Amino acid sequence: MEIPLRLRVDGEDHVLTVDTRTTILDVLRDRLGNTAPKKGCDHGQCGACTVLLDGRRVLSCLALAVAHDGAHIVTASGMAERGELHPMQQAFLDHDALQCGYCTPGQICSAVAMLEEFAAGHPSAVTTGQDGPTELTTEEIRERLSGNLCRCGAYDGIVAAVRQVTGR
Amino acid sequence: MIPFEYNRAVDARSAVETVAARPGAAFLSGGTNLVDHMKLGLATPNLVVDVSRLPLDTVDLAQDGRVRIGATVRNSDAAAHPLIRERYPALSSALLSGASGQIRNLATVGGNLLQGTRCVYFQDLTTPCNKRSPGAGCAAIGGYTRDHAILGTSTQCIATHPSDMAVALAAFDAEVVVLGVDGERRVGLNQLYRLPGTSPHLDTVLEHGELITGVELPAIAVARHSTYRKVRDRASYAFALVSVAAALTIEDGLITEARVALGGVAHRPWRAYTIEAALRGRPASAETYRRAAGAELSQARTQPGNTFKIQLVTNALVAVLRQLATERL
Repeated sequence: MEIPLRLRVDGEDHVLTVDTRTTILDVLRDRLGNTAPKKGCDHGQCGACTVLLDGRRVLSCLALAVAHDGAHIVTASGMAERGELHPMQQAFLDHDALQCGYCTPGQICSAVAMLEEFAAGHPSAVTTGQDGPTELTTEEIRERLSGNLCRCGAYDGIVAAVRQVTGR
Repeated sequence: MIPFEYNRAVDARSAVETVAARPGAAFLSGGTNLVDHMKLGLATPNLVVDVSRLPLDTVDLAQDGRVRIGATVRNSDAAAHPLIRERYPALSSALLSGASGQIRNLATVGGNLLQGTRCVYFQDLTTPCNKRSPGAGCAAIGGYTRDHAILGTSTQCIATHPSDMAVALAAFDAEVVVLGVDGERRVGLNQLYRLPGTSPHLDTVLEHGELITGVELPAIAVARHSTYRKVRDRASYAFALVSVAAALTIEDGLITEARVALGGVAHRPWRAYTIEAALRGRPASAETYRRAAGAELSQARTQPGNTFKIQLVTNALVAVLRQLATERL
């Protein structure tokens, strides 16, 4: 079954027709040629396909495109502004927060959205107390980014990169 | 994935009527479990009715003090909501210990309740599974059983329910609001799930076409002093080996009220009534906690790969109750 679909991806509007089985990940990669989000596991276990969907980080491999008609999507490809890397992208370079780079676009999207969640006062599993998180500790960063696996093990660099962006 | 029709629900009642009339239809909410099941070939709906945009996405305080969480509230929003954090901290903590930030942003409260077991044999179409194909046999029994149940098992199925959220809801006697073709009904969280028995293919008491529209939490004072502890093979982003949701009231050194539910040990969130009875009226001490755990676990039936869960549940319970008792003092 084919369904018409409107999506705004990295600021650009698209109108297309998709099979109902198509995930947002497959629309981005196979229909729109945006290969920033990666198909790691395709089962919601690795985080490599992370994008921002209407401002929130999600796994695009588990999101059926038809269910998100009209959505605004931002991928790691759309984070640079006026030719300048997003501060999180620059921080990943500065801290060698990658080796093979396959998980990196998902890590970047996840980290950017995670900082917004933290700023909005959202607690995490390691947050103690009723008043919400007060400090973005290493423990908080690691917990909040646990949905993005890095099989090269660049986690120390990733934590350092996030710290750089938060100015700590 | 097999082809399917897609229908975006305009209201809950018509969604229920549509799905009830089509044996091959399924509700879609966040999709984090259903879409995975469709990829794995575990779910093969020919019609998907999307309820994710229904106006069931608020957390509200009723006049009688009950808190109602709409079925399409995202897990991350439920966890961060002030009403949940203040009144039911164990529920917020349980939600936050499940999945990852990305999944919690998509997954809804209704879908969380109805997610399928992560038994590796259930998820693998090449192995026999009574839950997938009644009568086929169980590859888990005699197989890899580290993740499997020790309470309420049957000779046909030893799968566990994977939800963290539901464990906290079980401790608080939440009620699930369900809409069917004949109208609305309420099902206690502790009556929602079935034990496997001889029909492990049935996870819940819901009929095909019934839609969860919300979850209601009773106003119980003890819940404000509650917590959730999850033990797993890695520090985050993994399902529970065992988990404990607990709430405790202590007066003059004696336990006056206790709520305890266990995760990772049974086909449903396991409300530990025996533990609660063994705690009430007793001194708040490690000895009391250990004895209570022993009373509940005396009915456990372990597998060669999960005998450790007896000790792990005991240790987790003692740690959680100690923490609650210490914070109180």
